[in-house]
Amino acid sequence: MIWLSWRQFRTQALVAACVLVVLAVVLLISGLSLAHLYATSGLPGCRSRNDCPVKLMDFTAQLGGAYRAVFELTLALTYVAPALMGAFWGAPLVAREFETGTFRLAWTQSVSRNRWLLVKTGLTGLAAILVAGLMSLMLSWWFSPVLKAAQFAPSRGSLSINRLDPLLFGVNGIAPVGYAAFAFALGLTAGVLIRRVIPAMAVTLAGFAFAELAWLNWVRPHLIAPVRTNSPLDASTIQGLTIGNGNLMTIIPGSKPNAWILSDQAVTSAGHPFSAPATHACLDGSMQACGASLGPLHIRQLLVYQPASRYWPLQSYETAIFLVVAIALGFLCLARISRRRLA
Amino acid sequence: MTVVLETRGLGKRYRRRWALSDCTLAIPAGHVVGLVGPNGAGKTTLLNLAVGLLAPTEGSVEILGGTPASSASQLAKVGFVAQDTPTYAGLTVADHLKLGAHMNPGWDAEVAEARISRLGLDPAQKAGKLSGGQRAQLALTLAIAKRPEVLVLDEPIASLDPLARREFLQTLMEVTAEQELSVVMSSHLVSDLERICDYLIVLVASRVRVSGDVDTLLASHYQLTGPRRDPESLPADWDVISASHTDRQTTLLVRSESPIAEPGMTVDRIGLEDLVLAYMSQATKPARTARHAVEAQR
Amino acid sequence: MSLGGTTGSAVIEFHLDARSGVSPYLQIIQQVRQALRLGLLSEGDQLPTVKDVVARLAINPNTVLKAYRELEYEGLVAARAGVGTFVTKTLADGSLAAHGPLRAGLQRWISSARQAGLDDDSIEALFATTFRAAIKEEVT
Repeated sequence: MIWLSWRQFRTQALVAACVLVVLAVVLLISGLSLAHLYATSGLPGCRSRNDCPVKLMDFTAQLGGAYRAVFELTLALTYVAPALMGAFWGAPLVAREFETGTFRLAWTQSVSRNRWLLVKTGLTGLAAILVAGLMSLMLSWWFSPVLKAAQFAPSRGSLSINRLDPLLFGVNGIAPVGYAAFAFALGLTAGVLIRRVIPAMAVTLAGFAFAELAWLNWVRPHLIAPVRTNSPLDASTIQGLTIGNGNLMTIIPGSKPNAWILSDQAVTSAGHPFSAPATHACLDGSMQACGASLGPLHIRQLLVYQPASRYWPLQSYETAIFLVVAIALGFLCLARISRRRLA
Repeated sequence: MTVVLETRGLGKRYRRRWALSDCTLAIPAGHVVGLVGPNGAGKTTLLNLAVGLLAPTEGSVEILGGTPASSASQLAKVGFVAQDTPTYAGLTVADHLKLGAHMNPGWDAEVAEARISRLGLDPAQKAGKLSGGQRAQLALTLAIAKRPEVLVLDEPIASLDPLARREFLQTLMEVTAEQELSVVMSSHLVSDLERICDYLIVLVASRVRVSGDVDTLLASHYQLTGPRRDPESLPADWDVISASHTDRQTTLLVRSESPIAEPGMTVDRIGLEDLVLAYMSQATKPARTARHAVEAQR
Repeated sequence: MSLGGTTGSAVIEFHLDARSGVSPYLQIIQQVRQALRLGLLSEGDQLPTVKDVVARLAINPNTVLKAYRELEYEGLVAARAGVGTFVTKTLADGSLAAHGPLRAGLQRWISSARQAGLDDDSIEALFATTFRAAIKEEVT
């Protein structure tokens, strides 16, 4: 049974292997060069010399062009890979057997249906997980100089990058493994239920995309109860102040920890979003005067965030949940094709 | 006498349509059984139930004394060739033999390879490139080489040319003799089955019309021809299978265990094809009076 | 009937006339009897194995088995388990020898036909057509 599963999977495996090899080579060349760039950037010892901001600017200035291209390509590939594997490896696994009628050959050999499905999905599913894991590993390795550099960024400002960043979270750590397992199981289930390859692939892609977006927006922020802080607004660190219609003032706070910021608002002492007529000083005074004039207003900063220390807990919970869902889908498929249920 | 396939009140329904109804059979082992009926009669449904690809809606089915596909050892005893003889188009002939070897503990590699070389099949040829007849032979080889006790074949020669058809049947009969197999084969053409079957089942519109040993069936059916008779005037205990009347003449097919004689009517034997056709046309006739053996439509 | 050796064991091959209206079972029996009469089969010769017969004719093995059993019942052949079915009695000398006068009469007729100027093919054709016509007359 293992031989048959491999024989049927051979071509797809080779394609994946080729893609991985090409990607590995590209990342290796680019990554070594990036690591060298970091090592020679002067950042490692900048704290003692007190020139971190300058060194950081120099470093980031060189991150355009080829590095950016490699990053974006790998990011896209790693995001798309689970969906593609689910659609191209998971969906046809059973659906093609139904479509071509070969299940009538496969299920009348001396192998039970359950064993047939378990071995086929086991082999291909593990391959999918392996591919996702490898891509995550390679990207992490390539990206590590940038993360190290980000440590030297000032706490305020937009240069703060961290692994909890939604864009990075899904392609780092073990999350891709969960996605790959889930996408594969989703494809398998679609194939078992729909029994036609192309529709099953389409449903898999659409379903996976929807699940990911829904998860990102509604679930992950609350996977662990976020930290909420309500502290006096530090007027000297506000990021921006806008004066709108009717001279109404809105403030964008600036002092943020290195974390995944879910919400950051200027609020009144009563907790309502702050919006008041512009002070005299802010209308036509200097930045410092404007800032000083805000003090009496007792503006507070309401911050909701996931601290960086929660990276691994969040990764673990997310991956575990996706894996559990994948296994549940697997059992569903097993039950569906067992003799009792087949229509 | 062992029973190779036994069904009791077997029925299968898809949504609202009954593909097979109230099917009760006890097929003895050691025969080549022909399952004949028009397209859509339920032959494929019955065979799929027999090999465990379908589950019954009502009733039960047992093959070689066990529930179909209930275990690996049960699966090993039954060789199946599905309609349109499905094969993996991307796999070569040799790959298919390897498939058989890996998936069947009872695989006889010598038999398989001997067959393939005798058939002149190129082991490196992809199954998708084989002709219909070659694919059918490959599927048959796969079913045979696992050394089953019974072979079940669903219209394996329906789409083959006469030569391929003959070669397939030759192979089938040779293996049946060699391995002392029981065979259950379906077809919508009686001519396919006439040569090889010694047990017959006629299936029309989801129901079994007649089943039994071919020689016994032929010996117990009589064709009577005579002057035009009023159906009411026929003996009450006659089992009239079919009747046709012209202005002057009546022709009847009667089933009887003992010989029949009726003054004024000529008695003849009937050939297998005519017998089957008579039973198949029974289904299209409206329900008849209780005097004639009839199965009322549900 | 054709003579042919398969692996050196069976001496004759059967053929099947699907349209003759005679069942395959009877045809096999008739062909064995005919072979015995004509001396194509003699004592000790092996009949084709069931497997070989069905592989050529594509008929049910039980049919051949039944035919061989009937021949065995008539005392013409005997089955040896695991080896095959062998001829035990030949009909050649028996029946043909008993019809000496008939054979002599036939030989005279053949000489007359030759003297009348008929060649071998014509003699055979004349005999065949007359024979068939006679059979038809007997049936009706």
